[in-house]
Amino acid sequence: MTAYLDNSATTPVCPQAVDAVTAAVRDYWGNPSSLHAKGIEADGILADARETIARRLFCRPDEIYFTSGGTESNNLALRGAAHAMRRRGRRIVTTNVEHPSVDETLKQLEKEGFEVIRLPVDSTGRINERDLFRAVTPDTILISLMAVNNETGTIQPIEQARLAARRNGSPAIIHCDAVQAFGKLPLKPAALGIDMMTISSHKVHGPKGVGALYIRKGVKINPLVFGGSQEDKIRPGTQPMPAIAGFGAAVKAIPNISEELENVTWLRNYMCMRLSALDGVVLNSPPDALPYVTNISVLGINSEPMLNFLSARGIYVSSGSACAKGHSSPVLKSMGLSEERRKSPLRISFSRFTTKEEIDMLVDGIAAGQKAIRKNK
Amino acid sequence: MKEVILIKNGELALKGLNRRTFEDMLMANMRRRLADLGKFTFTPAQSTIVVEGPEDADLDEATDRLLKIFGIAGLSRAAAVEKDMDVILSVCPEYTAPLLLGARTFKVEAKRSDKKFPLNSPQICMAAGEKLLNEFPHLTVDVHNPDVIINIEVRDKCAFIHGNQLKGAGGMPSGSAGKAALLVSGGIDSPVAGWMMAKRGVELIAVHFASPPYTSERAEQKVHNLLKQVSKYSGRITLFVVPFTEIQELIKDNCPEDVFTVVMRRMMMRISQIIAQKEGCAALITGESVGQVASQTMQAIACTDAVADMPVFRPLIGMDKDEVIAISRKIETFEISIQPYEDCCTVFTPKHPKTRPTVSFIESAESCVDWEGPIKRAVEDTRIIPIKAF
Repeated sequence: MTAYLDNSATTPVCPQAVDAVTAAVRDYWGNPSSLHAKGIEADGILADARETIARRLFCRPDEIYFTSGGTESNNLALRGAAHAMRRRGRRIVTTNVEHPSVDETLKQLEKEGFEVIRLPVDSTGRINERDLFRAVTPDTILISLMAVNNETGTIQPIEQARLAARRNGSPAIIHCDAVQAFGKLPLKPAALGIDMMTISSHKVHGPKGVGALYIRKGVKINPLVFGGSQEDKIRPGTQPMPAIAGFGAAVKAIPNISEELENVTWLRNYMCMRLSALDGVVLNSPPDALPYVTNISVLGINSEPMLNFLSARGIYVSSGSACAKGHSSPVLKSMGLSEERRKSPLRISFSRFTTKEEIDMLVDGIAAGQKAIRKNK
Repeated sequence: MKEVILIKNGELALKGLNRRTFEDMLMANMRRRLADLGKFTFTPAQSTIVVEGPEDADLDEATDRLLKIFGIAGLSRAAAVEKDMDVILSVCPEYTAPLLLGARTFKVEAKRSDKKFPLNSPQICMAAGEKLLNEFPHLTVDVHNPDVIINIEVRDKCAFIHGNQLKGAGGMPSGSAGKAALLVSGGIDSPVAGWMMAKRGVELIAVHFASPPYTSERAEQKVHNLLKQVSKYSGRITLFVVPFTEIQELIKDNCPEDVFTVVMRRMMMRISQIIAQKEGCAALITGESVGQVASQTMQAIACTDAVADMPVFRPLIGMDKDEVIAISRKIETFEISIQPYEDCCTVFTPKHPKTRPTVSFIESAESCVDWEGPIKRAVEDTRIIPIKAF
């Protein structure tokens, strides 16, 4: 038996998505833009997937734009909005715990002359709302906040962005990277005052290579690439139908979100209870984090040997950041954690398929690892 | 007309009575390296070996592979034609056109080992030069500094027409100098050290130390990839992966921290030597360079050397890091080496290692453990993995 507890990295593809991908590859290979029956058939699949996803976000189907995944959606949202708004200001407000696909894109925009304000986070990884209200000025054109942090599960107050913009007389477009939140938290961008929202297929048991960007009707952004009129010219190029069909099927298969949230919260609490019996294991995620993601530190034992040790036992977790040695997580650093805790983090991430047995395997594995692995100094 | 590859075996030609042995080794190496591209034949003729492939052979790929084989000073792609001046003159412009169309000046050089051929060398040059000038009016002849030299060789069985010669990898054929064991960690240095010894004709085996869970499967995969790249030059390599966790933990638990690395390297030497002797190796090879890190000071090297009964070759000993990197880029191991996985050498690195250890001090530091059992177990549990590029 194995325990796959790295669902924030990627998730196993659910059977419904596998079937949808297979059917699309084998039978519905038409070009959805073609005028003949073969194309219309493929276009039907595309429309179905778009509608399924729209329903999850309580939005209109024509507000969903398919992309190649979370990274592309974030690039498209940030660059597209910044350039569309560049005559109205140069200021962009974000946090200092964003995913690299947001952070690196904003660094590039900085080089192009935009001013980027990165809000600090407190020890729970959350930004301070007062900081947000102070940072937004009338010439702020874009606010980008992640919904859930990928390393700690911390939930950001995304609904505050719209209020901050309104109160300060800013025309800002509000973007939210919801890759880790989609399918796990009820999200309604229109009600949250969000103009653009990034989601990804492979984090919700769909295939890799596809994601989407929600863009509220009326918000105009520039495309990154140019070509045909697919995706309303915002993302031209023939759509990858098999991946999109799989994405749609995976989203359709997501059961009741609040029920799942209750189950996963129980599992998280069970895990924390068992972990608290181990000496030297500390929790880095705040208690009110999304229960799907839990970050802990096993004091004195570097992440890499612990990961290898667990992996040899069929238990798969991650250290939270790219495995590059010597690069400790900037997110944990921003939270002000001690060096000792930053050297030894483990990110444990659940899916709706996670079981109690997997958690038992993990906790037993960590306890065995603590005994077997020599401590660092 | 048939296209062939002509091999010039530089240094080998200087060998005396052993030359035939060296040539046979080189041909065996070439045969192995081209085996999956079809049936090639190798015919030695004076200081040249003629490589002929089947009708549909991929000569571009074959050339690329041959350029990496040690013992070849240079090679040229040539057209093999009938020994008839009319045929030579008709094939020559067509075959050399790709070269000559991009050149401004040229000259023709001719060699005639078959003295019965009706024209002598200068006459062949004249005739071919005239023909080429007529075919390519943009060209002029420059006998001192031409852009392109067209060679025409009239041999016993046929004549060869070829353009500029490509520089080969040089060195001596793999295996001609015997066999040695390369200690490979996964860093930049060891593949370069292995390549340098392979250049001098040394056949390689490799010893890698794995310490799970401190080192990952990816670290070992990286070593496979590095050796695969080296084997494009050296020929096949057998990799021995030694489980090293127990010994490293014993060192960590029992020895003073500041000598961890030196003690560890002595253990690596001991184990590598046992494997090397079993495999019929005559020497060990490491990528050490004086002063690069604390375990590579002269004193530390003396301590590691003290446990070795066979010669330890350190071809990088006097090289700067940037010189080593230049070679690793050339042989395309650099990009693999810099992948950031923990390897056996970086596990338990002391904060302040002793830079001037003495042999007696190290011997007393490691005397607290009976190493015989752990070393024996490590050797017994060693995994053997054949590495082959093609």
